[in-house]
Amino acid sequence: MHPSPSGAAAPSDPPQPKSPRDLFVSFTWLALQGFGGVLAIVQREMVEKKRWLTPEQFLEDWAVAQVMPGPNVVNLALMIGDRYFGLRGGIAAVAGMLAIPLVVILMLAVLYAHYAGNPQVAGALRGMGAVSGGLIAATGIKLIPQLRKHPLGFAACLVFVALVFGAIALLKIPLGWVLLAVGGVACAWTWRRIAP
Amino acid sequence: MSHMTIVMQWHDWLALFGQYLLLSLLSISGAITTVPDMHRYLVAQHGWLTDAQFSSSVAIAQAAPGPNVLFVALMGWNVGLNAGGGIGAGPGAWLLGFFGLLVTMVGIMLPSTTLTYLATRWGHRNRDRRGVRAFKQGMAPVVVGLLIATGWVLAAGNHSGDAPAWHLWLLSAVATLVVWRTRVHLLWLLGAGALLGAIGFV
Repeated sequence: MHPSPSGAAAPSDPPQPKSPRDLFVSFTWLALQGFGGVLAIVQREMVEKKRWLTPEQFLEDWAVAQVMPGPNVVNLALMIGDRYFGLRGGIAAVAGMLAIPLVVILMLAVLYAHYAGNPQVAGALRGMGAVSGGLIAATGIKLIPQLRKHPLGFAACLVFVALVFGAIALLKIPLGWVLLAVGGVACAWTWRRIAP
Repeated sequence: MSHMTIVMQWHDWLALFGQYLLLSLLSISGAITTVPDMHRYLVAQHGWLTDAQFSSSVAIAQAAPGPNVLFVALMGWNVGLNAGGGIGAGPGAWLLGFFGLLVTMVGIMLPSTTLTYLATRWGHRNRDRRGVRAFKQGMAPVVVGLLIATGWVLAAGNHSGDAPAWHLWLLSAVATLVVWRTRVHLLWLLGAGALLGAIGFV
């Protein structure tokens, strides 16, 4: 599966993907390992095993991938692919990330539809749904301590968190308005605070 | 899962495509943060998906390998199947399912990847600019709030119209706590949720 044995490259010759095909295969392999999210796998494969990225590069790329709209790991794949082979590389990496997992997920959905009448299967999926809600909420909660270093101060950040939560989860206001209003105020205020 | 039969005109498909193009640009910090808006649009406003189809699309994508954004493909697939009369209705329904998948996936991917491609280099070159830093840092608390709201909406979506089942809320809360405080592999948690569901606890 790996075109080059990891760790065999000479130190003077930093490892990098050989071709768009190499990118496609690598990202397919990476995506297929990523149950319940791919980010941890990206770090392990790209930084530790293949060493296409240094840890510093990874952090920097990840920050950008996260700020840009769109699925983070797909953005990251696009950026890494683009760095080595331009648009062709970006497309190859994104296609690798999506193509085969899409086939897998469709097979699962068809299988599920076949057994959906079964109360155990329906119950199992209900249980998994409750868990995945928890997974995503916890991802958000884990990020809260990082707001302590925020230019607006921790308390103001918590108010913004609560405002967004209330507007989306409780009042069900469309996302665009919330981003525009709350996000706009948060960015403008931050802009003033970080004045040189 | 009981499907429903819906009628999708061309302008409906176009509206669906437009909605996903828009959500793509709004999906700061990942497609998962647009889940509440997708629920509002697909289930509450248009009735193109049932609540069960919606939350199972997310749950299957979470349990399967690959990026989480693939839940969007399953939503499009289910809308297409509903428009074609359900998965049992034969090749016509399957074709509509693939069409729906294409509509939602291209919609959610195209604007964001194009923008990322164009903006990445610019942003990287200008990462010390005040405007770039204000945007990156200013959005941080908003993104945190969005993630927690998304978890809430997903957890609530599993409840059918009857009395709220405290078992389900308990399971969501315990999962939140475990992910927050421990390093247990997510697959174990999803497996435990599936098991508890299968034996009828939730």
